[in-house]
Amino acid sequence: MPLLLRPFQLLGSAVLGVLRALGHLVMFCGSVLWSAITPRWYFGEIGRQMVRIGFYSLPVVGLAAVFIGAALALNIYVGGARFNAEQFVPTIVVLGITRELGPVITGLMLAGRVSAGIAAEVGAMRVTEQIDALTTLSASPKRYLYAPRLIAAVLTLPLLVVVADIIGVAGGWLVGVNSLGFDSVVYLRNTLDFLEMSDVTAGLIKSGVFGAIIALMGCYYGDRSQAGATGVGRAATLSMVSAAVLVLASNYVLSTLFVEFGL
Amino acid sequence: MSVPILELKGVEKRFGGNQVLRGVDLDVASATSLVVIGGSGSGKSVMLKNALGLMIPDAGQILFDGQDVTRSQGKDRDRMRARIGMLFQSAALFDSLRVWENVAFRLVQVDRLRRKEAKARAIETLRKVRLGPDVADLYPAEISGGMQKRVGLARAIISQPELIFFDEPTTGLDPITADAINDLIVEQVEALGAATVSITHDMASARKIADEIAMLFEGKIIWRGAASDVDVSGNPYVEQFVQGLAEGPIQPGF
Ligand SMILES: Nc1ncnc2c1ncn2[C@@H]1O[C@H](COP(=O)(O)OP(=O)(O)OP(=O)(O)O)[C@@H](O)[C@H]1O
Ligand SMILES: [Mg+2]
Repeated sequence: MPLLLRPFQLLGSAVLGVLRALGHLVMFCGSVLWSAITPRWYFGEIGRQMVRIGFYSLPVVGLAAVFIGAALALNIYVGGARFNAEQFVPTIVVLGITRELGPVITGLMLAGRVSAGIAAEVGAMRVTEQIDALTTLSASPKRYLYAPRLIAAVLTLPLLVVVADIIGVAGGWLVGVNSLGFDSVVYLRNTLDFLEMSDVTAGLIKSGVFGAIIALMGCYYGDRSQAGATGVGRAATLSMVSAAVLVLASNYVLSTLFVEFGL
Repeated sequence: MSVPILELKGVEKRFGGNQVLRGVDLDVASATSLVVIGGSGSGKSVMLKNALGLMIPDAGQILFDGQDVTRSQGKDRDRMRARIGMLFQSAALFDSLRVWENVAFRLVQVDRLRRKEAKARAIETLRKVRLGPDVADLYPAEISGGMQKRVGLARAIISQPELIFFDEPTTGLDPITADAINDLIVEQVEALGAATVSITHDMASARKIADEIAMLFEGKIIWRGAASDVDVSGNPYVEQFVQGLAEGPIQPGF
């Protein structure tokens, strides 16, 4: 081959490599989604995963939300003071939290806690032949391992976000009442008066999507992980990074769609 | 001879540029025990995974009781898998489940037996591999490697399969425990009347388990014969392997 064409060849094979990886990912996610919406369902596994993903994430999510709510109230107060708009603190805090920060913070925290956890667990099962063992025992890994994690994440993330919303608003309220001189009742009334159901719904829809991303990334990288402790570690890292990036990217896409459809 | 329970015809498998299997032909008759020997990295585990349907061969055919393993799907495949048992090299017990739940996994999850009944069957099967009922409620991480192998064996035999695969059943065990595992394998296989395909480096184990021995080298079966003939095979590769010599036609794999 002429030397001149060499760069094109390299570029071509790189593009093909990326496309192949993308194809794998799409096929994998598609078939796990299919397993999640068709019987048979392993309800015991789903329940166990809901406790693990949902219940045990409550402390992290709650802590993150209270600090974010508090910091948000302070910053909006400082900014609002420049044009005498301090009274909007409660409204902006509740909108910021329900539409954006509640779901995003929960998504990012769980990209770390849950996605990496799933990838490490599944990866360890892959390299110790437990996934092969499942197959030989006629239990499809997609149905027995991955679909329950996906279902549990999609169901529990919105619940966690409701909790994060409430705690985040409470964080803002604490700061508002204790440091910014708001009257407690006025603060709460302003919070509720301008809040619409659609704000909460928008956040909940987002969080369901984030749940799917988090579970699928964990399962995908775990499933493909290479032998050895480094292989499993790499799977955990990759799943966390890609889950976090995809959460943020899909957050933008969904926000755009919601604006488009007036949600 | 009747239809072999397992038949591999011209099976080929490559990973990128690494051609691991180059046309493996092998058949196993019902209720006989075949041991496959071969050096590290010669593709023994890959051959087993192809035979189990865990990997798809690039070429060739794999028949279980006349049925194509790679083509079968759905209920057919589940029925076929129920007739096949497997003991993995690392035992591959599910570490989130208790010992008895591991042993009874198929009964509970696939056959949907009631837990109480399944547990009773698991304990009975554990007894066959000389493990007491006190082990049943432990987790795999709480028992030794030799015990894990026995639990793996119990899981492989609980559904009374017609064909069982053993991937290096004695590797990593002390000679006494290894011999006990060999005895259990022979005893349980006789009780079931199952055919077995075992992979091993361990000649002591091979002599004990095997009716027949086959040697895999450079992706092909280069010798096959009765276990009693392995010392007089007349094949320089087999002789070198059986005697464990570094000198000979096979170059050490490093
Ligand atoms: N999933 C895989 N992807 C790529 N290469 C693989 C894969 N599995 C096995 N191989 C390659 O196939 C070859 C044979 O591996 P295999 O595990 O079958 O060896 P083995 O005969 O079982 O060795 P050992 O006795 O050490 O277990 C090795 O070179 C290995 O690198
Ligand atoms: Mg092997």
